[in-house]
Parts: sequence; structure tokens; C-alpha cells
Amino acid sequence: MTLTPAELTSAVSGGIGTSPQRPDGNLKVRGEFAYASDLWHEDMIWGATLRSPHPYARIKSIDITEALKIPGVYAVLTHEDVPGRNLYGLEHKDQPVLAVDIVRYQGEPIALVGADHPETANRAVKRIKVEFEVLTPVTDMETAADDTPLHPGGNLVRHVHIRRGDQNAEAEVVITGRYEVGMQDQAFLGPESGLALPAEDGGVDLYIATQWLHVDRAQTAAALGLPEEKVRLTLSGVGGAFGGREDLSMQVHACMLALHTGKPTKMVYNREESFYGHVHRHPAVLYYEHGADHTGKLVYVKARIYLDGGAYASSTPAVVANAATLGVGPYEADNVTIDCYGVYTNNPPCGAMRGFGAVQAGFAYESQMDKLAEALNMSPVDVRIRNAMTEGSLMPTGQKVDSAAPVAQLLKLVQDKPMPPPAVNDLRHMPGGVSNTTHGEGVVRGVGYAVGIKNICFSEGYDDYSTARVRLQMVGGELTAMVHTAACEVGQGLVTIMQQIVRTELGVERVTVLPMDTSIGNGGSTSASRQTYVTGGAVKAACAAVRAKLGDRTDIGDEVIDETVEWRHRATEPLDPETGQGNAHVQYGFAAHRAVVDVDTELGLVKVVQLDCAQDVGKALNPQAVVGQIQGGSAQGLGLAVMEEIQTADGKVRNPSFTDYLIPTVLDMPPMNIDVLELADPHAPYGIRGVGEPPTISSTPAIVAAIRAATGLALTRVPVRPEHLTNT
Amino acid sequence: MDFLRPSTLAEALAVKAERPDAVPIAGGTDVMVELNFDHRRPAALLDLTRIEELRTWTPGLRIGAGVPYVRIIDELGAQLPGLAMASRTVGSPQIRNRGTVGGNLGAASPAGDTHPVLIASDAVIEVASVRGTRMIPVDDFYTGVKRNALEPDELIVAIHLPPAPGPQQFAKIGTRNAMVIAVCSFAISLHPNEKRVGAAVGSAAPTPRRARDAEDFLSAALTWEAPKPLLDSVKREFGELVSQAASPIDDVRGSAAYRRHALAVMARRTLGWAWQEYLEGEQACA
Repeated sequence: MTLTPAELTSAVSGGIGTSPQRPDGNLKVRGEFAYASDLWHEDMIWGATLRSPHPYARIKSIDITEALKIPGVYAVLTHEDVPGRNLYGLEHKDQPVLAVDIVRYQGEPIALVGADHPETANRAVKRIKVEFEVLTPVTDMETAADDTPLHPGGNLVRHVHIRRGDQNAEAEVVITGRYEVGMQDQAFLGPESGLALPAEDGGVDLYIATQWLHVDRAQTAAALGLPEEKVRLTLSGVGGAFGGREDLSMQVHACMLALHTGKPTKMVYNREESFYGHVHRHPAVLYYEHGADHTGKLVYVKARIYLDGGAYASSTPAVVANAATLGVGPYEADNVTIDCYGVYTNNPPCGAMRGFGAVQAGFAYESQMDKLAEALNMSPVDVRIRNAMTEGSLMPTGQKVDSAAPVAQLLKLVQDKPMPPPAVNDLRHMPGGVSNTTHGEGVVRGVGYAVGIKNICFSEGYDDYSTARVRLQMVGGELTAMVHTAACEVGQGLVTIMQQIVRTELGVERVTVLPMDTSIGNGGSTSASRQTYVTGGAVKAACAAVRAKLGDRTDIGDEVIDETVEWRHRATEPLDPETGQGNAHVQYGFAAHRAVVDVDTELGLVKVVQLDCAQDVGKALNPQAVVGQIQGGSAQGLGLAVMEEIQTADGKVRNPSFTDYLIPTVLDMPPMNIDVLELADPHAPYGIRGVGEPPTISSTPAIVAAIRAATGLALTRVPVRPEHLTNT
Repeated sequence: MDFLRPSTLAEALAVKAERPDAVPIAGGTDVMVELNFDHRRPAALLDLTRIEELRTWTPGLRIGAGVPYVRIIDELGAQLPGLAMASRTVGSPQIRNRGTVGGNLGAASPAGDTHPVLIASDAVIEVASVRGTRMIPVDDFYTGVKRNALEPDELIVAIHLPPAPGPQQFAKIGTRNAMVIAVCSFAISLHPNEKRVGAAVGSAAPTPRRARDAEDFLSAALTWEAPKPLLDSVKREFGELVSQAASPIDDVRGSAAYRRHALAVMARRTLGWAWQEYLEGEQACA
């Protein structure tokens, strides 16, 4: 049975603070949810992409003759066919829609084919002849800035430096370390897909799985040489995002084919192409030095951080700012010296992924805190509490943390959770699982702690807002509301949250959520843990405008109350370019984890036995969805800790498949005890604090700390591989 | 692409004789992945799922090539513990519902999970064509990376395996706790009546490989008549010989050095478990 749209919008009940069932849940479990990859249109053609096999090469010639000869091929397009500006990018317009003269990463799009069948399109792609002059790729992030320039202006995308307090401070105890974070993938389950329909006005309608409709539209319109109003985007079913859909993938490509051929054009990446078709989490190399007194109190923190942005900038500048400004973690330190560099290389482009710079820094500073605890013979929890930030603390940027920062409380909560029972002789609970590698031999238990900090919403003076329209009218004798935004539901539950807010604000039971599209103003990105905050704030404000006209009436006859509101969170400031000082962030989120692991110390296999988390969310608008975010974020952090990495060699991806890019299964992700604190932020709607990212940050270092406790090894790189644990 | 659906083995063999380029498909858990990723474009698929003979097993044992892993686990676990353990590590429940040992043999991937067990327990592979039936000892079956001894007109019909004559064990390394391709794997089978041990490694050489020196050493070192707890030195030597039998490579799943190390550990441990079971069995009889 397939649910009808009417049921989709009416299945939800309840206001904020309750957990009404999400409308897409049952459909997804039953495999009946319509994703963008299920889009279909009469007479549509299929697009396919020719991608570079080389990480760095000059294109000497492109010959499309043979591809065009294949029956069923409608178009073969190259950079010469890009109607508008052949450059796009979230922060710097440095990435071509289709490569011109040079390719800078393996998988870079070079040409497009539109054909009557996906197989025909794929065969035609193989008939396109490209002559390359292969160049030596730049692949080392630490030396890239001084290597062959890959873009005009060189390979340094951004350098943020923070200088705070005494730059020559000295300390009794000095801890240094070098850490590495591998390239993680968002691994969303629904690959890139969309359907472009040519319109009679010369424009195009694009149905698309994305995270940010309006920024897609601005970039797509510019590339197509069309005014924005002629490029209309509607959100289709999104199968996860985690940052990987913030950049363009096939948006412009599908529209180019549709406009060129006059035919509806569908593009769907398969899993392998998806690995080449979106940005990943920046790999990082981080050098840290912590100075502390004999009580464990931090005197200074120094860090030099390199983030590999790959071939194009994407959101590297903002990721650099996050890694730098959050580089000390949720701790007080009066004297801070941080240099954070984001660079171009010929590795796969990296950009947004859940945690966004805070994850990389978090692994390093938490590893340092454990080393400090060890040096002082303190417990890992005590050394953290000794330095824990509180409300009123100053960030390395000089910004005052002006709402709850319950860092010590979160640590104590996870510390006080009951410990799991000792290992039982059930293979499913052993390291290695049913692969039957141990019946207890070599297994050692370890416990580790970590806490993290994440900025919520967009920072550094960005005009971050959302637009919401709420319409109220009588339907069947009952007041009924409709809510419309362009804020993307990517699986996180925004549809449900918006309905809950409208119910609470207007006391209306029936709330319909309109499809998300660009016929209304910008909803901002579904990223930075910001949609409940910003779009939720906009919906709340639109409800207030409606309420002002409604008064205390329960029957408005034929009247229609229709209000659209643009809502902003409080403004932020850019960082001072010399000192890195400034009120750059809107809000801070905190989570702490305790991980308990069993490590087969002989084979280097890990079973995470229990992963407990405490997080402050300000106010849980939908408690079940909050817990879901914490579980999911923790699982993604577990993946980075012990298995998830896009491995590259000389700029080439070695494992572009779910066969060898492993994500946690139900036998890898343990049960969690979760404490949700609701310490309201007076600056935020309902006091809420963004939920999605903080649990991803502390999960990884807690697990690695537990593995260190079990093995006594230093473990300075994630993901931790069996080779690291067995010295092989 | 033609999709050929014979309903009897004779019909299937006739089709295969006429269309040697037809790729046999049973569970499809390998073939469909290759097709979906466009790694392979056969002119024809030969669907074997309608052939009842391939989907049954008979005592002795003769296991039809198309018996899915889930039935080996559920129905043959007591008689073939090693094969059941290996089957249990294949993919996910959905894959085990469809995937077959015949498919594992057809693909002949060095990482195939059941191969080490088949070698350690001296399986014989029954293959057939319109020209007749051949019984291929498993040692002669694997001829190279993803290559086997089949002629183009032949199909894998059945796997012949005696019920376990003694304790069997299988272990496999993966970097997650389920649904993972072997980094390396190991199988051991005790044959007390013949005072002999079978041992083989997977995913650590171009083909699944018998660890012959390890077998010979252990067959002689074990105290079959008056079983005693094993000396650590015996376990260690056995582990070393198993490790030496491999010729692993560095790849995206693991390093050669790790594979050698892990094989030695798995060999020691599985030997310990198998021998312990044998000891307990002997004591129970005494």
C-alpha cells in the first residue's frame, strides 16, 4: 500500500515538545518513499557525465564525433556549450561547470551526453575521445601552498590566524602532538539525482535533491546565463545530505541538456559516480602544543592546522574558520596561538560535512587533553572539568559565550552512566562479530571520554536568514494552516518541526506543509545545525504575524490570512584579519561522550560496546528527533574513529564503493544511553540550540581514547586501522 | 542481452553448449553487481534458479550448487560446521538468502568466504556439460585470480563434501563487524580417523590456497590417540606455517604484513578451539 499525499500531511499531530510521527518514516522503511532518483517524465532523456580519469592533466583535445553517431543520442556537450558563466562555487567561483583546458581532480566533469536511455548515454560517454597531457598532481596538504599553483593566486585558499593573550607564555607541563584525520565521506544513501524540464518561457524547472535551493538556483542561473526567475527549483525526495549536497553536482548539467535538447532530462549518479560527484570532509594534519600548570589548568594552546581542500574551494574558507576558532575546544585558555591553513591540491574536492572543521580539531585537542591527563596522572574527566568552559567564558576569538555552556555537567553525566556488563561469549558482541576471530582471546576493555564544541548557524557576518509563509483559512468548518518555505527537508525532520510550531503558535490542528521550492524566498542551507533555529524561527515569526490578524477568533469565514516573514538570527562579525578576534559565531552547542570498547589487541579489531552521550539542546522541540540526531551523529563519529575513509593515492580514489568504503552496521553501532539537557538559550526561538552536529564531534575522540586505554598505543590518526593496533 | 531460463539441468547444459558466452546466474549477488556497475556486459544470462536439482542437497553430502547460504546455515550447520560458519560471514541476511556456494565457486574470487573451508575439508566440485560430468578435486579448481577450471560449456552442478569427520573452524578478518569482504580468512578441519588436518587461507594469495606445510606439521604434531592439551609451541609453529603459505599484497583492505600476522593469529586460535572440542569429545567417549 502506498500512502497518498493527503495522509502525508495529516498523519502528524501534536505541538512542540512532543514527538509526533514523521510523515516520511513508514514510507522509507517500506521502500515506498519517492526519492529524486524515482522522478520520471514522459519523453524524458537521460544525462551522463564524462569525468577525468586523471587528478591533474591538460586537455589537449576533445572529439565528440563518434559519440554523436550513436542512435538515440540527442546531445553531447562540452565547456563550449555552457551558456553562461562556466565557473561556480559556494565561496569562490573557481570551479568550471565543464572542464576547460585543464582537469584538477579525478572525476572532474568534462562532457555531457543526453540520450534516450541511460545505457545509450553511458556508451556514448565512452566514445568521447579526450587527449590528455598528464601532469604531476599536488597531493601533500602541508607543502601544497609552496607547490605548483593550481589556480591563479596560488594554492592557499585561506589562512586564519588567532592571536590571543601572551604569545610567549610558559608552562610547567608541555604536551605536543601531531594528528591526522582521514577523508570521510557523507555516504548519504540516495545518490545525486534530479530532473530538469525545459519551460515555455525559455527557462527551466529543476526537481532536485539538495540542501539549499536558492544557492543552487543562483549558481545554476549564472551558469545557464538566465535570470534567476527563469530557473525554478523544487525539492524532491532527499536521501540524506550531511553537507554533501551543499555544492552543485548535476544541477547545471541536467539543465544544460534539457535546454539544449528541449526535452525533460534526468540524471542519476550511481554509487561510484557519487563518490566523485560530491565534496568530502577535509582530511587534516594538526600540530598541537598545550601548556598547563601542575594542577592541569591550561596556560596556553598553540596549534598549526592544515586542511586539504582538494581541487576547488567549495566551503573551505568557512571550514578553516571553524577549525581555527573552535580549535581549543570547550575549554578556557587565556593564551592562544592558532594558524589554520586551507589549501588547494589535486585530491578530491572537500567541503561541507557534519561537524565542518570542528570534527578535525576535536580529534586533536581531545587527544591532547588525554595526553595532558596522563602526564599529570589525572583522570581524563578531571582534567577536562578543570578547564571546562562555562557561560561567560571567552572563546579564543574573544567572544563571550553568552548562554549555557554546561561542559562539566555533560562530562559528569556520561561519567555517571552505568557501565556495560563484562564481555559475554556471544560472537555478535565480540570484536570481529560472527567472523569468529576471537572467543575472548586478546580482548581488552577500554573506556574513553571526550567533549566537543560546535558553532550553530552561519558565522563571520554572513546574512543568515530564512523565509516562511503561513496561510490560515477555513476548510470544512475548521481553521487550517499551510506553511511554505524553501528550507530543505533532507531527512532530518524539518517538516514535522514546522507543523509542530504552527500547531503550538496558532492552536490549529490541521497543518499542511507545501513542497519546498524557490517560489518563496531563501530558506538558507540545511546545514550548520541551523534549520530548526532559523527556519523554525521564521515559521514562529510568521505565525505571530498571522496571530496578530486572527486575534481570538476561531472562525474567519471566507477570510484568508496569509503572512510571509523573513527572519534573521542576531548578527555576527567577521574575524579581525590580524588577530582572529571577533564575535564571529551565533551560538555554541556542546556534547560529551563516554565510549566503552573491547579491542582484540592481537588482531587489532574493535567492538564499541557502549557509547553514551549527553548534550544540551536548549529545548527539545521533538524529543524523539533529537535523540535520533544524537544517535546518528554518534554513529557517524564512530565511523570516522574506526572505519570510514576515502583512501587516495597520487590523487586517485582507491575505494569508491560501499564494498570498500565501510560505514557502521547495526553490529558496529552499540546501544546508547542519552541525556538531553534543556538549558534554554535566551537568544534563540524557544531557547533551542542546534542539535545535528555536536554529537559527531565528541564521538570520534571518545572512541579513540577508549582504544588507547585498552592498548596503551598513541593512535594519532583516524580512522584507526587494524594495522595501527598491531604495528603491521 | 538474452535472458535464458531453462527449467532442467539437461536443458541448461544444452543452452550452455550452444551459448558458451552465457553467464550463469543463481543468487545474482556477484553477477548483478558487475552488471549494475557496467563492469561486464554478457551477451546472455543463464538463469539457474528454476532447476530444482541445483537447489537441493542429499545425504552424503552432495549440495546443489544453487542452495543458498541461509539453508546451509539452517539445514547443514550440524553436519558441516565449517561451511556454515563461513556462510554466516557472507554479506547480510538478504545476501545469504540469495547467494550460493556455487556462485562463490563460479566467481572464484580469492576473497570468497567458503573457499578455505572447501579446501580444508577436501570438497569435490561436480561440473557438467553435454559432454558429461567431471569431478574436480577442490585443489585443482582454482586456477588464478577469479579464474577456475571450468570449460566454457560447463556448469557447476554440486559440491561433494563428507559430513565433518571432526571439529572444524573458520575465521575471517574484516574491518567492520558484519557485511564485510575478507581482509583474510582461515579454515581448519580435523580428520581424526585419518590423523590428518586440513588448513587453508583465503584472501591472502591470488587464489584460495591450501597451507600444506602447516597441515603436514600439525597432522604429525597432534596427539590423536591420547589427546592432550596443545603446547603453545605447536600452536605458534602452526600459525607461522599458515602465515608462510600466504602470498598477500598491500591493498585498500589491508597490508600484506597485517594479513600475514592475522593469519598466524587466526590459525593459532582456531586450532585451539578445534582441538579443545576434540579433547572434550574424546573425554566424553572415554
